[in-house]
Amino acid sequence: MAEAVPRDWPALLKDAGLAAFVTAVLAFPMAGFRTLDGEATMGIEYRLHWVPIAAAIVFAGRLIMRLWQSRAARAPMQAPAWVGSFRDRFGNWVVPAFIGGAVVLPFLPFADRTVVDLATYVLIYVMLGWGLNIVVGLAGLLDLGYVAFYAVGAYSYALLAQYFGFSFWLCLPLAGIFAAVFGVALGFPVLRLRGDYLAIVTLGFGEIIRIVLINWNNFTGGPNGLSGIPRPTLFGLPFTREPDEGVIPFHEFFGLEYSSLQRLTFLYFLILALALITNLFTLRIRKLPIGRAWEALREDEIACRSLGINPTNTKLTAFAIGAMFGGFAGAFFATRQGFISPESFTFLESAVILAIVVLGGMGSQAGVVIATLFLILLPELSRDFQEYRMVVFGAAMVLIMVWRPQGLLSHRAPTVRLNPS
Amino acid sequence: MEYFLQQLINGLTLGSIYGLIAIGYTMVYGIVGMINFAHGEIYMLGAFIGIICFTLLGLWGVTWVPLVILVVLVVSVVFTSAYGWTVERVAYRPLRGSFRLAPLISAIGMSIALQNYVQLIQGAKIKPMPPVLVGGFNIAESAEGFAVRLSYLQIIIMLLTVALMIGFTLLIARTGLGRAQRACQQDRTMAALLGVNVDRTISLTFVMGAALAAVAGVMVTMYYGVIDFYIGFLAGVKAFTAAVLGGIGSLPGAMLGGLMLGLIEAFWSAYFSVEYKDVAAFGVLVIVLIFRPTGLLGRPEVEKV
Repeated sequence: MAEAVPRDWPALLKDAGLAAFVTAVLAFPMAGFRTLDGEATMGIEYRLHWVPIAAAIVFAGRLIMRLWQSRAARAPMQAPAWVGSFRDRFGNWVVPAFIGGAVVLPFLPFADRTVVDLATYVLIYVMLGWGLNIVVGLAGLLDLGYVAFYAVGAYSYALLAQYFGFSFWLCLPLAGIFAAVFGVALGFPVLRLRGDYLAIVTLGFGEIIRIVLINWNNFTGGPNGLSGIPRPTLFGLPFTREPDEGVIPFHEFFGLEYSSLQRLTFLYFLILALALITNLFTLRIRKLPIGRAWEALREDEIACRSLGINPTNTKLTAFAIGAMFGGFAGAFFATRQGFISPESFTFLESAVILAIVVLGGMGSQAGVVIATLFLILLPELSRDFQEYRMVVFGAAMVLIMVWRPQGLLSHRAPTVRLNPS
Repeated sequence: MEYFLQQLINGLTLGSIYGLIAIGYTMVYGIVGMINFAHGEIYMLGAFIGIICFTLLGLWGVTWVPLVILVVLVVSVVFTSAYGWTVERVAYRPLRGSFRLAPLISAIGMSIALQNYVQLIQGAKIKPMPPVLVGGFNIAESAEGFAVRLSYLQIIIMLLTVALMIGFTLLIARTGLGRAQRACQQDRTMAALLGVNVDRTISLTFVMGAALAAVAGVMVTMYYGVIDFYIGFLAGVKAFTAAVLGGIGSLPGAMLGGLMLGLIEAFWSAYFSVEYKDVAAFGVLVIVLIFRPTGLLGRPEVEKV
């Protein structure tokens, strides 16, 4: 440890005091008073004691943060040695271990309905994260309306099943194709735009889809949504206790006792397979010329154009492929829920998926998994803090951007590197 | 004809409000080159501070209408500006010089956090407000007895918007602060070398944007009589549309875009369908960006290597 450098206490206290003062000013109108809903007149509840409490918390927090910073500045933080050796020895085993764990999860003794269902829920977001990663992480296009493609996938399955009686397995590719077509239709005119314009247009598109779904009552069921969406079958074997005449259900075919867990486990494996396909696809396409072109475009569009890459077409493929995986995930979502409504496809959903990609480190496949566990699993497990969840969520997005703009696992290193040796 | 006139008045009122919010977007974009996604939430905060202040004044027995409106405007502008300043300081300043999308993502996080913060401490229910200012003129009447009405409140909203527009145009064109802003807009590094305090200028830009959003928030509270924690999102996106429509970075453009968007929405609701009025607004955004990405009054941007 280096010799102790005296801290500049007056400056630290002044800084923390200023932060507390600003907090008090901000908290005074919003936290100090609360409007009450009266019959005809409005009432006010005085809660001025909240103001000094908030100020005190910020004062302490700011002081601790500055002390921490001054310590970190004196002793630069370094990863302990065991991290490096751990990575050398087990680095190649982490991913297979994760996948293996995911495969055996439903057969573990503690895996009851809740666990399998929650794991399915998490995997949907992993898949959406991987799908969006193609658009945002690889091609560098900020898409704030990804949920629109998710919605297109979900509604195309639900509507095709309702009007034509198509089965899940026929609809799954169709949902992907529909979503990709929507992606191309939207992307074609707007992909020439600069990054942040693109972000707002995709956001607008997401809202348009949602508004149309709400208002097109006689086709999409309006705000009430669509229910009774058929469940998927395993090569024609349904997961029901009492199937229709002449249909052999799954448990009879294999001579098992009927259990609703079988259906949940099947859904779990379905989404696991879909997610892994997405991942494998991304890993492979990164090595193809088109994947290389995406990453090059993300880094420098002008250089790409001068090298003869057509930016619009290249971006369009990324957009369409990302949308396609969103569509697959949507179809799965519809069949898992059995019920969909426009409520499930709000802007917040897009923001959550984007947050997963960004927090994980754009372009990093493993980062998406870690970020999903962080953002989806933790809030689900802490249902008691439901109210605070979204505030913390938003604040975490800001803090992580400020603290580590490159994400938890950064992967912006070029795939190809020339070695000057 | 009378129906048309009425929609024109409504559209101009709505457009004035959009214009006031859009100025905040356009100034920030001009100077920092980022979309301040949390600006809609700042406007929502302005509306909430306004409604709390209205209620407090009502409980304390202050009833003289001009005084009430003036006090509420001042209080809301002051506190909302403080929020605008803090948002810039916390979420954007540390990210200056980071990669291109970082501030936008941070802004989205800020927007989610602010929205849920208000929901948490003020409740999720719609907040009603009794009308503060009633009455108006009937400027025309058709044979069937349809009266075209121009309320006092609509007059106030339009006059206030015009006054603020003139004030801000003068501020940018004539004062030292405006000169510093224009310098930062052109070349931040050069401005810093020549002794312009860039950080302070950017902070003040956010404060000015927030102040205008607060005025818009208070006006909306009086005009519609109801607000909730969610109004910022849609208003923010629409005001951004207005800013893009007029040409982002241009002050008169933002106002023009706001008015046009207000008119489009009013006429669309009146003659086509109310349900799809938001779709009309987003559709306009997409069409403008495709055919004229620089907006009506904007200058084309040349990307340099």
